[in-house]
Amino acid sequence: MSALVKIAGLTRIFDVSKPWLNRLLERRPKAFLKAVSDVDLQIEERTVYALVGESGSGKSTIGKVVVGLLAPSEGSVEIEGVDLHRETDAAKVDHVRSDIQMIFQSPFASLNPRWKVRDIIAEPVAARGGDTKGLSERLLEQVGLAAGDADKFPHEFSGGQRQRICIARALASNPKLIVCDEPTSALDVSVQAQVLNLMSDLQEDLGLTYLFITHDLTVVQHMADTVGVLYLGRLVEEAPRDALFERARHPYTQMLFEAAPRIDAFGREVDPPKGEIPDPINPPSGCAFHPRCPLAIERCTRERPEMRQLGPARVACHMAEP
Amino acid sequence: MSELPVEKPAEAPSAPSAWARFLDSDFFYSFKRSPVAVVSFALVTLLVLSAVLAPLVAPHNPFDPATLNLMNGFSAPMEPNAFTGETFWLGTDDQGRDVFSTILFGLRISLFVGFAAVLFALLLGVTLGLLAGYIGGWTETLIMRAADVQLTFPSILVAMLIFGIVKGFLPVDARDEAAIWVLILAIGLSDWVQFARVVRGATLVEKSKDYVQAAKLIGRSPGAIMLRHILPNVLGPVLVIATISLALAIIAEATLSFLGVGAPPTQPSLGTLIRIGQGFLFSGEWWILFFPAMTLLVLALSVNLLGDWLRDALNPRLR
Repeated sequence: MSALVKIAGLTRIFDVSKPWLNRLLERRPKAFLKAVSDVDLQIEERTVYALVGESGSGKSTIGKVVVGLLAPSEGSVEIEGVDLHRETDAAKVDHVRSDIQMIFQSPFASLNPRWKVRDIIAEPVAARGGDTKGLSERLLEQVGLAAGDADKFPHEFSGGQRQRICIARALASNPKLIVCDEPTSALDVSVQAQVLNLMSDLQEDLGLTYLFITHDLTVVQHMADTVGVLYLGRLVEEAPRDALFERARHPYTQMLFEAAPRIDAFGREVDPPKGEIPDPINPPSGCAFHPRCPLAIERCTRERPEMRQLGPARVACHMAEP
Repeated sequence: MSELPVEKPAEAPSAPSAWARFLDSDFFYSFKRSPVAVVSFALVTLLVLSAVLAPLVAPHNPFDPATLNLMNGFSAPMEPNAFTGETFWLGTDDQGRDVFSTILFGLRISLFVGFAAVLFALLLGVTLGLLAGYIGGWTETLIMRAADVQLTFPSILVAMLIFGIVKGFLPVDARDEAAIWVLILAIGLSDWVQFARVVRGATLVEKSKDYVQAAKLIGRSPGAIMLRHILPNVLGPVLVIATISLALAIIAEATLSFLGVGAPPTQPSLGTLIRIGQGFLFSGEWWILFFPAMTLLVLALSVNLLGDWLRDALNPRLR
């Protein structure tokens, strides 16, 4: 197996400054938000890599950089050995583009309300001048809808059905990699399972690779082969799913697991996670997690921990043990 | 994906025709339920039809001197002329022109200028608004500041200014010929701002939605995204502004013509007729002014009411 996606030293900075006149009047410098800093990860072909983290941890930003919607500020993202933002050969870029697709969080905003489902699904192929005859009908049946739905408009479908249409669109160009940005978080729980099962089946049948962005640990357990945990734009732990669910090594991952609702422990008292995710414009010194960490020592406030290989996992923590 | 069995496509339920879907739509239902909308739509249709069919409907062509009889001058409405015994529904003017016919032909000019000016303003405003909203940055600053500056002047003043400047560049003998087109340009240029502002706002909302991201990531060009994805989704408010702008453009044209800077006497619009008529008001020939003015009022009012209804019908929050 080879790595389909190689992300090295990926950093993405957003300029969140006010307009120059306001800055001049208020005598403030420019403000920058480091949404993602120095992330290294690789995704093997035909596997599911799940990125988890709280809101604002930079997981969606990584997804957008991978599909090419955002340019990296530093570092590189290579897909099949091609860096979309540096490659100058248009044919290569086009080829890789057709190998990447994305499924978005809200099925209500990701389908153009004025287009028929047939045109929506066929667009990735039509945009490249491919043959779209019968394509939408075939894909609709593949995702569990009826071929006759191709003549309808998106508003005639429920949330789960729309997400199936999004999946059909993502499959249209025969991609290798699909980035799924919280694809089920806008759906009812009963529908979530159907959509996830469909995605699992398709992954096996078509040999797809998923980058699965989510905050839902049950989804991770269901789907992922490898899990990466993000905190404030940094990867703090990465491990195979079973190893991670058996024992989380990073205190932040442990806190996430503690906070997750569990159906088998209904009524248990949970200590809510301490504190909130810090301001990413002005992150804490040293380890970004130290203000909330139960294990924090003086060293954590000074020195940022590097990623260390601990058993099956890679962990960025001074205190973590194998 | 070829390994999955491809079943015969299920029989699609026969899609109802576009007309049947329209008759069944909320839009048409709301139209039927609003007497104001039905009446104003009927009036607008009547006026547009009679303007379009003026050569067939009008008793004579008031601008063909061969059909005029000076002896018919100043006939009062519905009264036989003292000299010729002819009766005119709405009377005649000083030249013996039938007021009803002049109104029909004037309506042609007024409506043509109104529609053409709104179309021009719409194309210009929607294009600039889309570009400003989608591209952002300096393009947006440039377009929107130009719009803001133009908004600080009354639009009738802008139209007069443009009218004057463009006419100044034309050779003298072409001025009357081109007056209508200059009028369209002037009113259109004074009215694009409304379209640009609304379209820019709607574009900002639409471009952040995921369907635009989806189109971007498959490599669609910005032009294709603007035209095929965003434009269809911002047309609702544009339709409403276009209707209300139509009433404003007709009034602007009438104002300019009334002031004598608009349609030339050889192609009189309703505004020109009102200007001509007001000269006879104090000598008792009220009908020369009254009927063109009433026509303008009914036209502007019904277009406006139709626009108001359209705004409510297309805005789900006001339902």
